[in-house]
Amino acid sequence: MTSLRELTHKEDYLTGGHRLCAGCGHSIATRQILMAADKPVVVGCATGCLEVSTTIYPYTAWKCSFIHNAFENAAATISGVEAAYNALRRRGKVDSEFRFVAFGGDGGTYDIGLQSLSGALERGHKMVYVCLDNGAYMNTGIQRSSATPKGAWTTTTPVGKVESGKPQKRKDLTAIVAAHGIPYVAQASISNWKDLQSKATKAFAADGPAFLNVLSPCPRGWRFSSDMTVKMAKAGVQTRFWPLFEVENGEWKLNVKVRDPKPIADWLKPQGRFKHLLAPGNEELLAEIQADVDANWDRLLRRCGVTE
Amino acid sequence: MAKTVALTGNVACAQAMRQADPDVVAAYPITPQTTIVEEFSTYVANGLVNTEYVTVESEHSAMSASIGASAAGSRVMTATASQGLALMWEELYIASAYRLPIIMHNVNRTLSGPINIHCDHQDSMGARDSGWIQLFCENAQEAYDTTLQAVRIAEDHRVKLPVMVCLDGFIISHAIDRLDILDDDVAAKFVGEFDAPITMLDANNPITVGPFDGLHGSFFEFRRDQELATLGSVPVIEEVGKEYGQISGREYGLFEAYKLDDAEVAIVVLGSAAGTTRVVVDKLRESGIKAGLLKLRSFRPFPAEQIAEALAGVKAVAALDRSLSPGAIGAPLFQEIRSALYDQASRVPVINYIYGLGGRDVSMPNLEQVFNDLSQVAKSGQTGPVIRYLGLKE
Repeated sequence: MTSLRELTHKEDYLTGGHRLCAGCGHSIATRQILMAADKPVVVGCATGCLEVSTTIYPYTAWKCSFIHNAFENAAATISGVEAAYNALRRRGKVDSEFRFVAFGGDGGTYDIGLQSLSGALERGHKMVYVCLDNGAYMNTGIQRSSATPKGAWTTTTPVGKVESGKPQKRKDLTAIVAAHGIPYVAQASISNWKDLQSKATKAFAADGPAFLNVLSPCPRGWRFSSDMTVKMAKAGVQTRFWPLFEVENGEWKLNVKVRDPKPIADWLKPQGRFKHLLAPGNEELLAEIQADVDANWDRLLRRCGVTE
Repeated sequence: MAKTVALTGNVACAQAMRQADPDVVAAYPITPQTTIVEEFSTYVANGLVNTEYVTVESEHSAMSASIGASAAGSRVMTATASQGLALMWEELYIASAYRLPIIMHNVNRTLSGPINIHCDHQDSMGARDSGWIQLFCENAQEAYDTTLQAVRIAEDHRVKLPVMVCLDGFIISHAIDRLDILDDDVAAKFVGEFDAPITMLDANNPITVGPFDGLHGSFFEFRRDQELATLGSVPVIEEVGKEYGQISGREYGLFEAYKLDDAEVAIVVLGSAAGTTRVVVDKLRESGIKAGLLKLRSFRPFPAEQIAEALAGVKAVAALDRSLSPGAIGAPLFQEIRSALYDQASRVPVINYIYGLGGRDVSMPNLEQVFNDLSQVAKSGQTGPVIRYLGLKE
C-alpha cells in the first residue's frame, strides 16, 4: 500500500487547468485512480463532464494518451485500443507495456453505455472501467438517470404538486457488473482515499476486466457548497447509502463496516436536491428511502457473509 | 501464380481480408454479411491470420472498437449490412472525422421496415454524407479486388479516410462466382505494412484523440478538411487501381465506361445490375441501337466532371437507383448524375428509374425497356416523367 507521502510525489496524468467545476468529485477520483497505475495508461472517456472539461481543443489536460469517441461506447472503444495493443505487441510493433482505463459517468454507464460495458466485460479485455457516479446527467444540466436516488429532484423529475422527485429506486449497477464474473469489482468513494487507492491498484493488477463504481459528489447537481464535496461523499458512506465493498474473483467483501450508521436524512439534508423530502408531509417517503437503504445494506451483508 | 477459384462474394472478401492480415477485426454478424465473419473466424481459429478478433455485442460496438483500435495505430477491418450499418451511423461520422483508415464491407441489404433481408442500396445511401469513401462492386471478383485496393486507398497518407466496400447482398455475397485470387505474397506485398502516422501507444508521445470543439470552434474547418481529403482521394483511387492492374491484369478506375464512345442512350448504375445491363447493351448493339453503360464504382468521392465528360455525347441518360428517397426529386444516384450533367452545354436529359428495392429482381426485359424509353426521349426531345419505377407491381 502506497503512503500518502509517496502519492504526493506521483506524476498526475490529469493536470491542473482543466475546466471541471470547483469542488467536482470527478477530478479527485480520476487522479486518485490513475495514481495506482503501475504502467503508462491510455484513457478512454465517455462523453460527459470529464471529457468536455479536460479536452477543449486545442488544449488537453491529459499527459497520457486519451480517446473520446461518443457517449455510450467508452467500454467498446477502450476494448478496441486494448485489442490493437495485443496485436501490435505480438508483431513487435509496440515495446512498452500499457494499462487501459475507461471513465464514464452514471448516464454513460448505468444507462446508455450498459450494453457496451457488458459486452466488453464478457469478452474479457484487460481493462479497468470506472464509473464516476454523480447520480444524474450533470453535463446536460441535471437530468435523472437510473443511478439517481429515489426522491431526488432533477430537471426531468421536478418536484411539483403531485410528484416528489424521482419515483424509482436506483439500479444496483455494481451487483450487475459483479454478475459478469469478472476478476475484480468494487464500490469506492473519494472520501476513503486509502480504500480507493487499494481498489484501483487491484483493478490495474487484475488479469482481465475490472470495474470501479466511485461516488463522485456534484456541487451543481446535488445543490451543496463546493467546499463540501469530500464531506458529502463521506456522509454517503456513513449513512450506508454508498457501502464500500469489493468482489474479488467472485468473493464479496465488505470493506467498511459502518457500525453506527447515521440516518439517511443526514446525507439528504445538506443537498438542495432533497430539500422537499425534509419538508412536513413527506415523512412517509423519507421513511421509505431509509427502509431501502437498510434493505440494501442487509442484502450486501448476506452477500458478504457478514452477520451484525 | 494467381489461381482461378469458385467462391461466394463473401468468401472472396474474407480471403482478401486474410491476405491483408488486419491487426484487429471487430465485427458482429448480420444477414447477408454473416458468412464473411464466419469465414474469417475460421482463419483466426486455424492461425492463418495475426488478427485480434473482437467479437462485439453489436454493430455500434463493432465500429466503436474499430475506432479505438485504429486510433491506437493498427490496421482494422470490419463488415456489416443494413440495420447494422444504421446502428453504427453516429460512429461512421466519428471514424471519418478522426481520419481513421478503417476498411469495411457493407453487404447491401435494404433497411426495415417491413423487415426484409434482400438487396438494395438504401443502407449505403444513408451513409453517403458520413465522410466514408464508398466503392461499389459488380461481382465477387471486384469485391475481392476492391478489398485489397481499399486497404491501400484508406491507409494512403494523402487520404487517411475509412473505405466502405459495397457489394450486393445475396446477388454477390451468396452466389458462387468464378474469380482469380492473387498469391498470398503478391497480395501482401501490394497492401504493404500499415504505417500509422500517429498512435496512442507511444508512451513518450501521448496524444489526445477526439477532443471537444465546444468553445474555439474549428468544427467547420475540420469538416472542410475532411471534404478536401475525400476529393484528394480521387487520384489515389486511380493510382491504386492502375497499380493493381499491373499485378492482376485487372485495372480499376472511378467508373467503367462500356461502349459509351459512340453511345446515344446510356444507363448509369451501381453494383451487380451492371452485369445484366452490359448483356443488354451487347444485345441492343446487335440490332443497331447505340446503347452504352456507365458503371459507377466510386460513389464517394463522386467523380462528377469525369462522368459529365464520359456522358457528354449521349442523347439521353437513365440513372438506375436501387434506393428511394421519399419526397425528394428522384433517388441519390439520379440527383448527382443530373447535377453533374447540368453544367454541360448539351444539357443531356436524365431520367430516374427506381428498381430492385427489397431484392426485387431486375431482368433483361426491364433494362431493354429502359433503353427503349431512352430512345424515345432522345428522338422526341421530351423527357416525360422524370421518376419511373422498374418492376413495381401497380
